[in-house]
Amino acid sequence: MDVSSITLGEALTGLDRGDWSAENLVSALLDRIAARDAMVNAFLNVDAEAALAQARAADEQRARGETGRMLGVPVAIKDNLNVQGQTCTCASRILDGYRAPYDATVVARLRKEGAIFLGRTNMDEFAMGSSTEYSSRGPTRNPRNPDCVPGGSSGGSAAAVADGMALAALGSDTGGSIRQPAAFCGCVGLKPSYGRVSRYGLTAFASSLDQVGPLTRSVDDAARLFGVLAGADVRDATTVDVAVPGPDACRREDLKGVALGLPREYFAEGLAPDVRASVMAAVDACRALGADVREVSLPHTEYAMAAYYIVAPAEASANLARFDGVRYGYRAPDAISPLDMYCQTRSSGFGPEVKRRIMLGTYVLSSGYYDAYYLSAQKARTLIRNDFIAAFRECDAILTPTTPTAAFRMGEKTDDPVQMYLADIFTATANLAGICALSLPCGVNADGLPLGLQAMGPAFKEENILGVASALENAWGGPQGWMERRV
Amino acid sequence: MTYEACIGLEVHVQLKTRSKMFCACSAEIGEAPNTHVCPVCLGYPGAMPSINRKAVELTVLTGLMVGARIGARSKFDRKSYFYPDMPKNYQISQYDQPLCIGGDVAIDWEGGEKRIALTRIHLEEDVGKSTHFTGASGVDFNRAGVPLMEIVTEPVIASPEEADAFLQALRQMVRYAGVSDGNMEQGNIRCDVNCSLRPQGETQLGSKAEIKNLNTFKGVLAALRYEIRRQTDVLESGGRVAMETRRWDGESGTTASMRSKEEAHDYRYFPEPDLMPISLSHEEQAFLKTHVPELPRARRRRFCGEYGLPEYDSDVLTADRAVADYFEAVARASANPKASSNWMMTEMLAKLSETGRSIDETPMKPRALADLIAMVDRGAINMPTAKTLFAVLFEKGGDPAALVEADGLGQVEGASEIESMARRAVAEHAKSAADYRAGKSAALQFLVGQVMRQSRGRAHPQKAAEALKKILEGDKSDRF
Ligand SMILES: [Zn+2]
Repeated sequence: MDVSSITLGEALTGLDRGDWSAENLVSALLDRIAARDAMVNAFLNVDAEAALAQARAADEQRARGETGRMLGVPVAIKDNLNVQGQTCTCASRILDGYRAPYDATVVARLRKEGAIFLGRTNMDEFAMGSSTEYSSRGPTRNPRNPDCVPGGSSGGSAAAVADGMALAALGSDTGGSIRQPAAFCGCVGLKPSYGRVSRYGLTAFASSLDQVGPLTRSVDDAARLFGVLAGADVRDATTVDVAVPGPDACRREDLKGVALGLPREYFAEGLAPDVRASVMAAVDACRALGADVREVSLPHTEYAMAAYYIVAPAEASANLARFDGVRYGYRAPDAISPLDMYCQTRSSGFGPEVKRRIMLGTYVLSSGYYDAYYLSAQKARTLIRNDFIAAFRECDAILTPTTPTAAFRMGEKTDDPVQMYLADIFTATANLAGICALSLPCGVNADGLPLGLQAMGPAFKEENILGVASALENAWGGPQGWMERRV
Repeated sequence: MTYEACIGLEVHVQLKTRSKMFCACSAEIGEAPNTHVCPVCLGYPGAMPSINRKAVELTVLTGLMVGARIGARSKFDRKSYFYPDMPKNYQISQYDQPLCIGGDVAIDWEGGEKRIALTRIHLEEDVGKSTHFTGASGVDFNRAGVPLMEIVTEPVIASPEEADAFLQALRQMVRYAGVSDGNMEQGNIRCDVNCSLRPQGETQLGSKAEIKNLNTFKGVLAALRYEIRRQTDVLESGGRVAMETRRWDGESGTTASMRSKEEAHDYRYFPEPDLMPISLSHEEQAFLKTHVPELPRARRRRFCGEYGLPEYDSDVLTADRAVADYFEAVARASANPKASSNWMMTEMLAKLSETGRSIDETPMKPRALADLIAMVDRGAINMPTAKTLFAVLFEKGGDPAALVEADGLGQVEGASEIESMARRAVAEHAKSAADYRAGKSAALQFLVGQVMRQSRGRAHPQKAAEALKKILEGDKSDRF
């Protein structure tokens, strides 16, 4: 067994056949983490003993004949998801010392299916960023090239999966935070439709945009995890009770009878030639599999970034107000009044990007500015959503690049927030529209960096995009076939 | 110049729900600090609210009672401000789409009726409670997240006394419908007021002051009286009333400036993204309409008409819904509303205030009181016996007929039995008999008392008197 390359599905098959135990898997992953993570910095915290104990318990359960869709599968968890008893810092100093008193619904669902919680993965502080450089605990490096960023904000999860330190990981995606790092690191990342997966226990960044999703080494793995995570939850009023497709319903051999749309707005100037070439080659592969590819238009795409950077900070400004030093986490010492405690705690507890967004959000919600900013942004959002609804009358899925460029170099954009924001230009629209989208590795550039293809599907039609991705992956010779597709 | 006051109230009413507004924690107040708390009401990372349907129903029920329009689509909003007793540093409230719009509350005013127009009724969550110790402060979050219904009036209340009448009427109404316990001491009802003055006859509103921290009805009355005096002084000395928020200090009986208009909070309201908008279907509204109780004022009128009660009695009997329900049950079962009202007004209310109990805490069923009344009516027991019986029933419950049977408390009916007791009384108290015969008619009362004593109260006093007269006067006639 080579933990750095097996899929979650293969791991389960091996467990079923008795080729290896959950303890073997966890030990091998822990070895890999010990060998690699000093350089990558994908994990903020690994409780080896707890993971091994969980693994042994899973092995005993299996020996007793008990079953579970994830029984014995080690999964890494982004540091903004609550796992009872574990730290959950969102890579922020302000949550120093906080231990989760409860399980997020997605964590509870994984636990019920027998998954093992391997450790907490690094991220941009409070999921605000596209490079995992804005972490209070130092940046994560791209395992394919340590001089490059892994993307963000779920950079730790993507790097851990891509580098063989975890079979799969959970991430969260507010404007591309699962898909963009998946594209940069070379793994599959799925952002489910808004309302598909419970957000209960996900430390909120932007409540109307956030979704939890899997980062995996294969499309089938993503479908399997999606099947466990998805489904209505009484604790999250925004979840919707729509039947969840199983992994089999998400698998396709070919794309006969499938209509795919290419939105011209996503192939405009500014798209790196290597990304364009790789994505167009993937589109050709879809045609070869029988897909009917047509051009579609999403005319309001140009308003997406502005709308996103109003709605997300606005919601964040309220969501992050609770971090005040009163009940948990970091509290500035020596404050002389409640106001002083707030100011000191939040000034030294939050990093610069988080503070920037809180200020942006506070400003756009201020009396007299609400209509001009927040209300206008919501109207733009409706237009963007309607664009997608119209486009999906003509096609089953939309294909675009996941990112405008391959992974950029560390430090390249940290001084220019607007350039950093534009890293999400192709991904944020799916969050604004509430539709589902995934990133599939579709090749490598001349520098050996992975490139990502984004497939977007109608709300609650994850099987459409997983189907397209599985057919492509299959056509390329399996989960690692993309590595051979050089541009 | 004479000025008239324009007063508006914002009344916070704690709803009678088992659990909090957005989590499953108990809404009970008065437990040890921070025992009714969970990740949701403590504002922990990742916790999300879920709407307490019961709270929505109680608010809509209140809206239906006051004739408000129920919004076709209502939503929650976040109201942001930092305060240590507010776990999320935003309060989930309702900004521009409240559950209920308009409506009014009728009050008795100057011998007639006045209707106080409401602006809106919305739903929100309560905050925690801070306590300051030397060198430190503590926050108890048991109250955080408890459902509050906020009732906002138009600025149409003309005097502190009118405001008081409105609050009394409102409290009675919410208690009637079981919407709230309406207990001021426990903070079930809290109130902010705004007050402005304008020259008599002017239609434009003057600049207003808001007064916070009013936790008793008396406080509202006192604060408004003070504030009107203060504003009158300002205006009469040629000054202008500042738009500001003031705090009532019950100890000194004054209001003091808290913050000016410029320092007012910018609450940065925006729609709560964690909750879906609420829309009540026609069926749900129709169902709630069937739960709208007859309001106290209407009931009072009906009691006067249907049962022929004096206005005062109707007023007393309708003040509390449970008492009114009890009275009606007794009146219907006994078919004697006048006697039912007398028993309720005297014995029942006296016992309740004596024992500090509410009417649903006595084991005596309305049926038992009705039976008691019927037994008195047909002369089966006398009034003193009935009162003794009432006391027993009030404590222990049970069937009055069975109690009478068991204790031999029935009225002494037989004329011969009464006669023999009367003879014995006359024989044993010759002096009184002689007095009576000598024309001191008051002596008869003493002898009647002796008969009653022999019968242990079971003799009918009227019949005893008749029997005594017959004996005494018979003797007299014998002599002549
Ligand atoms: Zn709670």
